[in-house]
Amino acid sequence: MRSAAGKTLAIVWKDITSEMRTKEIATSLVAFALLVIVVVSFTLEPGQNTSSIAAGILWVAFTFAGVLGLSRSFVIEKDKGCLQGLMLCPVDRSILYLGKMLSILAFMIVVEAIILPVFIVLLDQSGFPPQLAVIALLATIGFAAVGTLFSAMAVNTRAREVMMPLLFLPVASPVIIAAIKSTGLVLSGESWGAIASWLGVMAAFDAIFLAVSPLVFEFVIEE
Amino acid sequence: MQSLKQNARITNGLLGLTFVVMIAAQFLIFVYVPTERTMGVVQRIFYFHVPLGWNAFLAFAVVFVCSILYLRSRDMKWDRLARSSAEIGLLFTTLVLITGTIWDKPAWGTWWTWDPRLTATLILWFIYIAYLLVSAYATEASQGARYAAVLGIIGFLDVPIVALAIVLWQTQHPSPLIFEGGLTDSMLLTLIVSIIAFTLLYASLLILRTSLRQDADEIKKLKQYME
Repeated sequence: MRSAAGKTLAIVWKDITSEMRTKEIATSLVAFALLVIVVVSFTLEPGQNTSSIAAGILWVAFTFAGVLGLSRSFVIEKDKGCLQGLMLCPVDRSILYLGKMLSILAFMIVVEAIILPVFIVLLDQSGFPPQLAVIALLATIGFAAVGTLFSAMAVNTRAREVMMPLLFLPVASPVIIAAIKSTGLVLSGESWGAIASWLGVMAAFDAIFLAVSPLVFEFVIEE
Repeated sequence: MQSLKQNARITNGLLGLTFVVMIAAQFLIFVYVPTERTMGVVQRIFYFHVPLGWNAFLAFAVVFVCSILYLRSRDMKWDRLARSSAEIGLLFTTLVLITGTIWDKPAWGTWWTWDPRLTATLILWFIYIAYLLVSAYATEASQGARYAAVLGIIGFLDVPIVALAIVLWQTQHPSPLIFEGGLTDSMLLTLIVSIIAFTLLYASLLILRTSLRQDADEIKKLKQYME
């Protein structure tokens, strides 16, 4: 018998293997996030490119790409009948949740790592502040924590494409606000101290929903 | 049969009481309480706005508790109560937002500001829209009940974090002044009576809506039995 961590990693590994073969999620998300950045940039006048607006554009792109990627995570399982297989596995439902959460987290981090440098270039920001990596990590953990839960819910409803953003965006709004505001601060050259309270908001959100979501997940995927 | 009659008597009593207290509250709001000095007559909307807001929050707290009870017991009674409470909470939240914007325009000179409470209320409204949609779009009744219960828990836990984030965001701006002084005694009395009236209204609506839902469930069961 594997340990709980081993079982979780087995689920993550399954997702990574299938993603390595199809490259379905990562490629579409990168293209989509770039498109969002480009489309939103159309609203900018020349010279209007302030760091707070750039931060908004970046997080609109990450949020919408996140919604898309999170919903794909369970659509794939459902359409190919894999969800039934996963539920038959002799593992706790909270381990299923953790495995799916970690794999989507990994995909989103990869996508963000590709997008961030392009964003810095496209929106002409001066350099890459290291705080940005911490902000992106904390926010993405928050996205994945509630997103995995909502994705499993939305996939079983009739209007699943529209249910996912309707469920996800309002609940994730504290993380979106914190990410936009702190990114704006670090892009304009502020230090760690200025963003400490924002990092606190995101850490609190992550902690609460990482604790609650595995508990309620079993009620979501039960048949 | 006896208990049904007794239930009907309690419901009718509650409805009567709600009616009387609501009339009293309207009298206090429109006749008794003096007009506020700086804002004028528009300030009277405050006696609707605050009780509605308080009851919306009460309604969502009821959703939260009933959602936990439903997931633990799987008794549809709790699901009916939670979903009815969410509908009324959403109605009250909508009214809070509408009375808020009507009040904002003369008081602050703008229909809408991204004030912490306004924004948090708006996000709350979206969360419970999603709550009603996810239970409506579920493919079967028990699934809808489970999804609603999960969102009832997650949504309520989210409220303090939403509030925290928005307060932090808005501390960069000066917050608008609502009252120059505090509430006078007559204003406080009017507010309290109005809060009681709206809380009774909430309870009445909740009982009526829940029993309607129960009837609907029973008819569905009878239909299945006949097929």
